[in-house]
Amino acid sequence: MADIRFVGVHKRFGDFAAVDGVDLEVKDGEFMVLLGPSGCGKTTLLRCLAGLERVDDGRVYIGDRDATDLPPRRRRIAMVFQSYAVFPHMKVYDNIAFGLKMQKEKKPVIDERVRSAAELLHIEELLERYSSQLSGGQRQRVAVARAMATKAEVLLMDEPLSNLDALLRLEMRAELKTLLQSLDATTIYVTHDQIEALSMGDRIAVMNKGRIVQLGNPLEVYDNPSDTFVGGFIGTPPMNFLEAEVSSSGSTAVVEVSGGSFEFPSDVAALAGHDLLLGIRAEAIGVETAAADGLVRAKVIVLEPLGSHNLVTVRCGEDTLKVSIQADIFPQPTSDVWLRLEPARIRWMDRDTGTAIHTGAEELATETAVVIS
Amino acid sequence: MALPRIRIGRVLAYVAALAVSAFILAPIYLITIAAFSSFDAVYEYPKNLVPREATTETMRVFLDSDGVTDSLRRSAYVAAITIIVCLAIGTPAGYALARFSFRAANPFQLALVSTRAFPLIIIAIPLAVTYLRVGLDDTVYGVALAHIAFTLPLTVLVTASVFAGISYELEEAAMTLGCNRLSAFRRVALPLALPGVAASAIFIFVTSWNEVFAAAILTFRNRTLPAQLLAALDTSPLTYRLAGGFFLLAPALVVIFFIRKYLLTTWGRVAR
Repeated sequence: MADIRFVGVHKRFGDFAAVDGVDLEVKDGEFMVLLGPSGCGKTTLLRCLAGLERVDDGRVYIGDRDATDLPPRRRRIAMVFQSYAVFPHMKVYDNIAFGLKMQKEKKPVIDERVRSAAELLHIEELLERYSSQLSGGQRQRVAVARAMATKAEVLLMDEPLSNLDALLRLEMRAELKTLLQSLDATTIYVTHDQIEALSMGDRIAVMNKGRIVQLGNPLEVYDNPSDTFVGGFIGTPPMNFLEAEVSSSGSTAVVEVSGGSFEFPSDVAALAGHDLLLGIRAEAIGVETAAADGLVRAKVIVLEPLGSHNLVTVRCGEDTLKVSIQADIFPQPTSDVWLRLEPARIRWMDRDTGTAIHTGAEELATETAVVIS
Repeated sequence: MALPRIRIGRVLAYVAALAVSAFILAPIYLITIAAFSSFDAVYEYPKNLVPREATTETMRVFLDSDGVTDSLRRSAYVAAITIIVCLAIGTPAGYALARFSFRAANPFQLALVSTRAFPLIIIAIPLAVTYLRVGLDDTVYGVALAHIAFTLPLTVLVTASVFAGISYELEEAAMTLGCNRLSAFRRVALPLALPGVAASAIFIFVTSWNEVFAAAILTFRNRTLPAQLLAALDTSPLTYRLAGGFFLLAPALVVIFFIRKYLLTTWGRVAR
């Protein structure tokens, strides 16, 4: 059993609050991703868990133990570093065996575990090599094998794929996910790559300025961001944000954006008294070729065919939006199109604070999600 | 057109390399053959660049001279003490300078460098007086102490830059794998720093072995080899001086030859 709890964790470097009050619970066996831009404190938080940084305030629990004051070697963790940190003066075999030797395991046990870890990562034939004789991808595998060999209950990964080239990263991502699913270790995975986070995590903790700004499963975080930061950080392209006014007219509401207005078919009491931002994902915007009720007019600026779909940048009044449409529709630049902003997919944010305002009218992807098992 | 230009560049590079090598190696060569020639050959003029016969006559006379073997032994002692103390203090100090940010790190570094700003001649008299007072004069420990004082600051700076070049993440990785700070240093940082530490050991050895000024001032009867040679320089024959020169030269070359392995090989590849 190794669930993890951060309770009110603070870490300062001089005047800079790298981790500014984090509370987080990670369940036993869960794959938790810490996601955020560089400098958001995700790596520092991970290092606090590893014992490589001392927390200034708060507690860190691993399993049922208070690990706050334990040195790294007593925390029963294993870590994969961004630079891989493969020891250059040891052969691959001795690298993988290092943790086991420190645990004073018997020779046959070490040998068996080294070989099985090497086998899992397909590096059996590299065991007699030195780090300088390996490629980046191979070093990465050695680092993962070394971390796995000790059979720690908690596996920490600090941007393990960020130094690989794009193709290799794609390959390793799926392989690593498969591998980690087969272990029952609790994994905390730090990345600034939102695709990596969405594709690998059971849950994602999005961090900004030393705090966790949203915690949820990948679909939740993507579909229903807690603020403009999360919406803008996650997703390619990021969520569109438009300044909007909402006024009530009888039973429905009218939404006014700089490019036009449309009806919003629900109660808007929750929105009263806020300066509003309307947030909407590129794929939640429909494109029509003729004017109709409830559509907003826009001018095409640029069309980017991407194979699987086309990405269109349009100017709608004073706002610039990214719209993703079917791959076989080609709106030409300077032509006019009419946008349908899917009401159920609209997310409302407060213009001043950037935080989400929930009206209860949102259709949440997590509620309609289908799981096949 | 590109090919001949590259070739000319190559040729020039080789010529330059040969010239530099010759400049350094020629005196070494001449001293060496003189040290193993007979008396007649040493005084012969013009010089024969290829020795006709190797004899130990000159060397034997030199080694049998009064005080030479004793001074050799003392030189070895002094060098050994200097190396051991410098590395024992300098390596941890260099590590600290490279790894930890402490309040006085910068002034400390400046102070280390500034010790090289004072010529020995300036502190020679006070040093000699102090030694006389403390009773360290005319001992190998006294000379070793002086040598440690010259070489320790540079040892600290050199090892600091060596450790700064070794990623701290390696030690952190060792700590997550079961090491404490000390064993992470011993199992990871130290082996990786070994080539650099070996290089500073060579530097310390050569400095101490060839250091003449402090040794000459601080000793009278118990002289080290350079001090002994200096004292006997104007009263001794040419053969004595050449053999002495060889003894100043040879150990340094031998040490460099053996330590070269650590300097040039890093694990799994040869550094260029």
